[in-house]
Amino acid sequence: MLNDFLILMKSELVITLIIFILLFIKIGKGMKNENLLPLLQVLLLVNFIAGFFFNKNGHLFGDMFYTNELIVFEKNILNLGVYLISLLCADWLKKTPHLPEFFMLMLSALLGMFFMISSGNLLMFYLALELASIPVAAMANFDLEKKRSSEGAMKMIFSSAFSSGILLFGISLIYGATGTISFAELPGQLDGSAFQILAFAMLIGAFAFKLSIVPFHLWTADVYEGSPIATTSFLSVISKGSIAFVFIAALYIPFQKMFETWYLMLVILAVITMIIGNLFALRQQNIKRFLAFSSIAQVGFILVGMSGYPDGTTAVVYFILIYVFSNLAAFGVASVISEHSGKENIDDYKGLYKTNPFLCWILTLALFSLAGIPPTAGFFGKLFLISSGAAKGAYWFVTVAALNMIISLYYYLRVVRAMFMDKNEQPVEKIKTNSTVKFALILCAAAIVLVGLLSWIYDYIQSLMN
Amino acid sequence: MNIEPGLYHLLFISGALFFIGVYGFLTRRNLITILMSIELILNSVNINFIAFNKYLWPHKMDGLFFTIFIIAIAAAEAAVAIAIIINLYRSHKSIDVESAEELKY
Repeated sequence: MLNDFLILMKSELVITLIIFILLFIKIGKGMKNENLLPLLQVLLLVNFIAGFFFNKNGHLFGDMFYTNELIVFEKNILNLGVYLISLLCADWLKKTPHLPEFFMLMLSALLGMFFMISSGNLLMFYLALELASIPVAAMANFDLEKKRSSEGAMKMIFSSAFSSGILLFGISLIYGATGTISFAELPGQLDGSAFQILAFAMLIGAFAFKLSIVPFHLWTADVYEGSPIATTSFLSVISKGSIAFVFIAALYIPFQKMFETWYLMLVILAVITMIIGNLFALRQQNIKRFLAFSSIAQVGFILVGMSGYPDGTTAVVYFILIYVFSNLAAFGVASVISEHSGKENIDDYKGLYKTNPFLCWILTLALFSLAGIPPTAGFFGKLFLISSGAAKGAYWFVTVAALNMIISLYYYLRVVRAMFMDKNEQPVEKIKTNSTVKFALILCAAAIVLVGLLSWIYDYIQSLMN
Repeated sequence: MNIEPGLYHLLFISGALFFIGVYGFLTRRNLITILMSIELILNSVNINFIAFNKYLWPHKMDGLFFTIFIIAIAAAEAAVAIAIIINLYRSHKSIDVESAEELKY
């Protein structure tokens, strides 16, 4: 029994251990940031590697917590993302006066996401969701003296509290209608009555809030722009990815009987998310805000993949693996430039190729992958998402998605054009990139190319499904 | 006349509380009042759970446990929200939502 407990909850226990190590460092003598950050990077790397060993399928606490190979794989993706953030944002992290606190909050949010992915019960799911979102609001406020940071954090905490209120009301109605909150018992109790559909729509609304699907996306851009860049990359990659994993699992397993209801919802939400996300991205000047709207549009594509029940999971997990690398590379370059020159506008990127060719190539590759241009992995990710959506025979829907890819090319290539072709009297000065940042950027770039070309990765994810 | 409170009465109260909370959240301008509106929403959910537990599913205690957890989480949420509001007050010298208007579009 104890053995089971230790092995099945292994990833969560390792994260908890790291949080406690940080806590002891903080209340003990304390360490300088220059020494603490490498230690943390090593711990996170160990945590990532440990994710591959001693895995077992099973469930704990009367079905409240379960784990299987796919879930372990998803947790590994998130672990890798956090490790990359600790490398990419090293410049900002070294300067922050509260480094241990920042990582404690980040790892608690990660712990919440792990429990959320593993949850087998709406109570567990709600608790984990709160653990995954409250610390992120505190992280958004970490540039304490900046006005924008506190404004972003305020918007984040209030919108997430409001959305969890709606989620809870939906859960209470589901409990009233079915008498159960366990994912295993729900499918037998759902019959698609109007009352249950109301409850289910409230649940979808809360998911849409967290995933920033369009009618619920208004907090996203403000929070992304206001927060420090480490928080922004955590929010846009790790938080989005984990919610997408849970969303697809929730739709496919407990709510599979309501397929016809949620299929229609997903189609409508996906179409407006892609269109509005793309149109707003066209007019952005700030690079963080631009990436925020681009990530909203990417969520629209993820929804296209999700609509392909019952085979959408592979495409979605594969796309998120690629999305982690491409988006983190883009945020990494933006973080290096904003940390060294304070510039965050796309106009400031003009003429960047003259002074910083390395950063330019990485950002170009990342943006190509986000846009879905063939040699990069992003193309294969989008291809699988769209073909998974097409499996249901809704061809006009897939056509809209493909047209949106063309619109998105315009604004991704606008940044590339600014870097390579536009002339600028005062380009960003030559930046001496830190070696850990360089290593992480090269790792991301290599992954952007290789994940698409190595076909066994997709096959491996497919094999986890069975 | 002796009126026993039934499920419908309680659901009416909780529905009314929920929408009062939503209305307050959307129209109030003071951050503390917005926080109170969120508490109203969470408490309406508590009433819902208890009512369903008592009248419909008396042998399934999930609703009762859920309520206890919601109360605890609401406290944690309020703590973080108030910390953020204090920091906002330090930088903006006001806790009116209208004063936080730097980020838009």
